[in-house]
Amino acid sequence: MSHIVVQNVVVQKDVFNAAEQYDLLMRECPGAAIVTFTGYVRDHCDSGCVGQLELEHYPGMTESVLGELGQQASKRFNLKAWRIVHRYGVLDVNEPIVWVAVIADHRSAAFDACQFLMDTLKTDAPFWKREHMTDGSANWVAAKSSDSERRKRWRE
Amino acid sequence: MITVRFFSMVREALGVEELSVELSDSINSVASLKRALADQNGAIWDETLHQPNLVHALNQRLVRIEAAVVDGDEVAFFPPMTGG
Repeated sequence: MSHIVVQNVVVQKDVFNAAEQYDLLMRECPGAAIVTFTGYVRDHCDSGCVGQLELEHYPGMTESVLGELGQQASKRFNLKAWRIVHRYGVLDVNEPIVWVAVIADHRSAAFDACQFLMDTLKTDAPFWKREHMTDGSANWVAAKSSDSERRKRWRE
Repeated sequence: MITVRFFSMVREALGVEELSVELSDSINSVASLKRALADQNGAIWDETLHQPNLVHALNQRLVRIEAAVVDGDEVAFFPPMTGG
């Protein structure tokens, strides 16, 4: 059997397939409790209909922040494995933006670790979203206080 | 010389993505760099760099604003992140 090297952090422009990511991780790290989250581009926001979502990022810092968050999660929740795939560039509605997977021995650690990673990466990883509306306008998405509140839950 | 980078709406407001800055006795920390850039480049820079929630990074890590900068460093200014 050939050895598959799973990179823990992937930041890419290209679309990915969450089911393929899952299969790849399972081949490498079969585990007892697996929780995954996939975030997709929604077709609406408070100000109207979204046509495309643009994600700017800080190359280099993005990968290192995601790597640090993964290592923190791994230690804190005693994970067997974890993986984060995050996209940048211009994304169409219903395309996946982010995929987070964690593998632990028991469900409660796995659920918590996945929530931890999503809550922390939203406020800590240097990405900035801009919504391109179907009417041709575009606006930067403001950081939400509800996201920073969720982030605070995890401060030790 | 250090590199200063701007992202997202900060980059758009300033119309600059990256610039080089010569360090001096008065520019030797993230805070003094920010102050100098805000003071020397007109109202838009002043307003943009003084927005209360502006985030700064030194060599791609979040640091305290008082952090010292040395030749070859990379400083970045940007709005709060909206990943995920």
